[in-house]
Amino acid sequence: MSTMVATNKKGFGATLWDYLTTVDHKKIAILYLVAGGFFFIIGGLEALAIRWQLVKPMNDFVSAGFYNELITMHGTTMIFLAAMPLIFAFMNAVVPLQIGARDVAFPFLNSLGFWLFLFGGIMLNVGWFTGGAADAGWTAYAPLSTTSLGEGVDYYVLGLQISGAGTLIGGINFLVTIVNMRAPGMTYMRMPLFTWTAFVASALILFAFPALTVGLFLMMFDRLFGAGFFDPAMGGNSVIWQHLFWIFGHPEVYILALPAFGIFSEIISTFSKKRLFGYTAMVFATVLIGFLGFMVWAHHMFTVGMGPAANSIFAVATMAIAVPTGIKIFNWLFTLWGGNIQINTPMLWALGFIPTFTLGGMTGVMVAAASADFQYHDTYFVVAHFHYVIVGGVVFALLAGTHYWWPKMFGTVLDDKLGKVTFWLFFVGFHLTFFIQHFLGLMGMPRRYWVYLEGQGLDLGNLISTIGAFLMGIGTIVLLINIIKTSVKNEKVSGDPWDARTLEWAIPSPPPFYNFKQLPLVRGLDPLWVEKTEGRKGMTPAEPLTDIHMPNNSFLPFVMSLGLFIAGFGFIYQKYDLSWLIVLFIGMGITLGCMLIRSVKDDLGYHIHKEDLKKEAEE
Amino acid sequence: MSVELEFIQVFLNNIKLKRKRGLNMKDWMGKIRTLSLFSFLVIILSACGKDNLTALVPKGYGAEQSFNVIIISILVMIVVFVVVMAIYVYVILKYRQRKGQEDQIPKQTEGNKTLEVVWTVIPILLLIIIAVPTIASTYDLADESEKEDSINVNVTGLQFWWNFEYPNEEIQTSQELYIPVNERIYLNMMSSDVIHSFWVPSITGKMDVSPENENTMYIEAYEEGVYWGKCTEFCGDSHSLMDFKIVAVSQEEYDQWVDAMQSTDPEYTAESATAQEGQELFENSCISCHAIDASSNHPVVGPNLADFANRTKVAGINDFSKEEIVRWIVDPAEVKPGNGMLDAPYLEENTIGQAEAEKIADFLLELKATDEPVDSVQQFRENEANDN
Repeated sequence: MSTMVATNKKGFGATLWDYLTTVDHKKIAILYLVAGGFFFIIGGLEALAIRWQLVKPMNDFVSAGFYNELITMHGTTMIFLAAMPLIFAFMNAVVPLQIGARDVAFPFLNSLGFWLFLFGGIMLNVGWFTGGAADAGWTAYAPLSTTSLGEGVDYYVLGLQISGAGTLIGGINFLVTIVNMRAPGMTYMRMPLFTWTAFVASALILFAFPALTVGLFLMMFDRLFGAGFFDPAMGGNSVIWQHLFWIFGHPEVYILALPAFGIFSEIISTFSKKRLFGYTAMVFATVLIGFLGFMVWAHHMFTVGMGPAANSIFAVATMAIAVPTGIKIFNWLFTLWGGNIQINTPMLWALGFIPTFTLGGMTGVMVAAASADFQYHDTYFVVAHFHYVIVGGVVFALLAGTHYWWPKMFGTVLDDKLGKVTFWLFFVGFHLTFFIQHFLGLMGMPRRYWVYLEGQGLDLGNLISTIGAFLMGIGTIVLLINIIKTSVKNEKVSGDPWDARTLEWAIPSPPPFYNFKQLPLVRGLDPLWVEKTEGRKGMTPAEPLTDIHMPNNSFLPFVMSLGLFIAGFGFIYQKYDLSWLIVLFIGMGITLGCMLIRSVKDDLGYHIHKEDLKKEAEE
Repeated sequence: MSVELEFIQVFLNNIKLKRKRGLNMKDWMGKIRTLSLFSFLVIILSACGKDNLTALVPKGYGAEQSFNVIIISILVMIVVFVVVMAIYVYVILKYRQRKGQEDQIPKQTEGNKTLEVVWTVIPILLLIIIAVPTIASTYDLADESEKEDSINVNVTGLQFWWNFEYPNEEIQTSQELYIPVNERIYLNMMSSDVIHSFWVPSITGKMDVSPENENTMYIEAYEEGVYWGKCTEFCGDSHSLMDFKIVAVSQEEYDQWVDAMQSTDPEYTAESATAQEGQELFENSCISCHAIDASSNHPVVGPNLADFANRTKVAGINDFSKEEIVRWIVDPAEVKPGNGMLDAPYLEENTIGQAEAEKIADFLLELKATDEPVDSVQQFRENEANDN
């Protein structure tokens, strides 16, 4: 088969075309990693600008309007354009391998999901160049968002709508993949915990994102077509937006956090050289957190005036989530207990995560107490809390996962010394930045404040916080240097550099494009470890060597997403001039045309013949 | 564990107490205060921040209720954190790989049902310790039983200032909410544009001020003084500058203040020559939005300027001085970006320069309901001047 040979020598143009059209989950993972990493840096620069503005009282580094754009775009970018795609990067890179599959269930949709996310992300940021990005906060509360001037919030609405569709598609894809494509013997209760968390997170995506979609549609009609869903003067109600947003927004926290827990479960187990303690309890805790995650959205709204009954119910429901989360923390600790703990960079992140996330969970219980939350709400206490959860939980996990799965994705190991430097800079910087913010909040500093007055006792805390933020920035630069250094050195490693336990380590790094020549037979939890303990080097195949059916690459997902991107401009600018409707129709025409082509044109894929596989093995 | 046991006992007593004579957190909080860890925490926390701004030194009922729950939850959480960290440090020290151990394979334990039950049940108990006072105080803070017999204030939030109307007294004022100490005041709050949130950390936790639903909360200050209030729902460019104050005064001072406000004169004529010129300018350029008497009949357009000379701050944020008043009139965009006064015709027509603004300031400085500001305000102005 010529494609296999051709992958070795390719020019830049051919590589670019390959990535634009790929449906291979491993390449899509790299696309997600690069795009998510790019947006992470953008969001980080926005964060540094915010912290620089707050380095001293009444600072005038940026104007009030620009500051509001910075905070809005920092939050939106970090959640939707950095954390989400980076989680998807690892889900793509790892889940099919962990369950012993050759790809995801719908490779074409996988590609479509990525391109929708990317074009949505670009759309969100277009506002910077057309007179102002979104400035109503990442939560976009009406009526501030519906009355915000300019097109910034329109870009927010349409950008999130497009990238949200991508996320929804991705979530459904992983649900179907995990249900249907597990290798022989890979029962649900033998799935690695990362796959389990990806599974539950995908289910959360399926139920949570539609609420956002509905909310964004209503807001789009309010802003662009003169509707009044959130306008009290027209009989609407602005609190409905808050409910819709948080019915999505709270599960979103777990959509990010659960896979993060999964990543740490893999790492802690691998580098303690122990099976995960209390695997069954961990699985049920994951499912329970996912379930409870839908019952607690209104704890973001304790001060809205819902009354004591609603506030109490949501307070208690929220506190309940601490129980399964505590179960997880203790099971990690007891996985370490009695282990042979090897402290390298990924493990260092995992060990840094445990106390950090415990603090985030503790403040989570504190803010869940409604009557106490009247003080915390919308202050830096809450800012500190959710950064402990999202950075201390999710970002730590993404950085840990980057170091842990880098060899699987690229065939090289990131430098351990530089990795440790990154960790310590980032870890110390993180706690410097955010620990003090708990106190700033209680000392009277509300969040989203462009300036704080002189003589209010807030100066020192903010200065410390800014110093910490820049340490995190330096840590990130060291990581980039590490990536460049490792890529230039390009020292290839074996398929199993960590002496790990799960299926992805049973095949070469990076894996061949068809993943498994023969699907493996899974004989227990940690299948590779099971084989190793019985003295075998690799997995026992579950099938004879046969032809492998593979999907064809396609350029359609890219064009479909581009069509929606173009249509987005039509939607926005028709509010000034109806002739922009032409752009809307062109864009939608492109997308619908692609859908038509996809529907009528049979694409049956191709087969890798077993003779070629044999020949390759001999080479 | 004795700390927790005592907590549980205290709570059981509390429940009995509640049955007997309604809610009162103070009694049993008094008992807990004797615990050394608790007092230690209170001392540490109270060192934090400015004492008329911080939530950590409660000077009012709502803030105190919240503070009690904050302290209880911190204590419980410290217990959890200590346990987690003890195990954490132990396992890292004990089981860290040492040289020569690279190939050792530890025993592969599956789990332990007893342990799972232990770390499921104990957290549930700990959460109950937090949940009970949380629910009790959440209901307590929503109590509206005394609303009819109390002073009511209609609070309006606007970009980026606050209007306070006393419906029974038929007066209104802006930016500074005068209340008598040790008295429940009910606030009925609505916004006339976007959502704001009313927060005076020393006195009370926050409540949103929304454009469609009237929210009610009560406040009670324990000590006379001026307390900083902040807007805590993101509301636009000058969200961070939408400060206001609660001025808590003695019952006697409050009664005098109400009388004085009721007798502010809409027909007031300035005394000094410059102020008279200022008044003329004011009547040409300002009066359509700003009333100079405190009658509650005036629609809420711009801040009511009755008793302006006794304000704590200019525009809620700047030191009370003639220079600051002038700066505000000449260039309001500089002081509060995006505020409503930017639409005033005088700015476009450029009719008020430095000289005119000074005359207007002279006029405004004559607008006083009482000859002198109340003691707390005088004290506050002095403190602020020293702080900055």
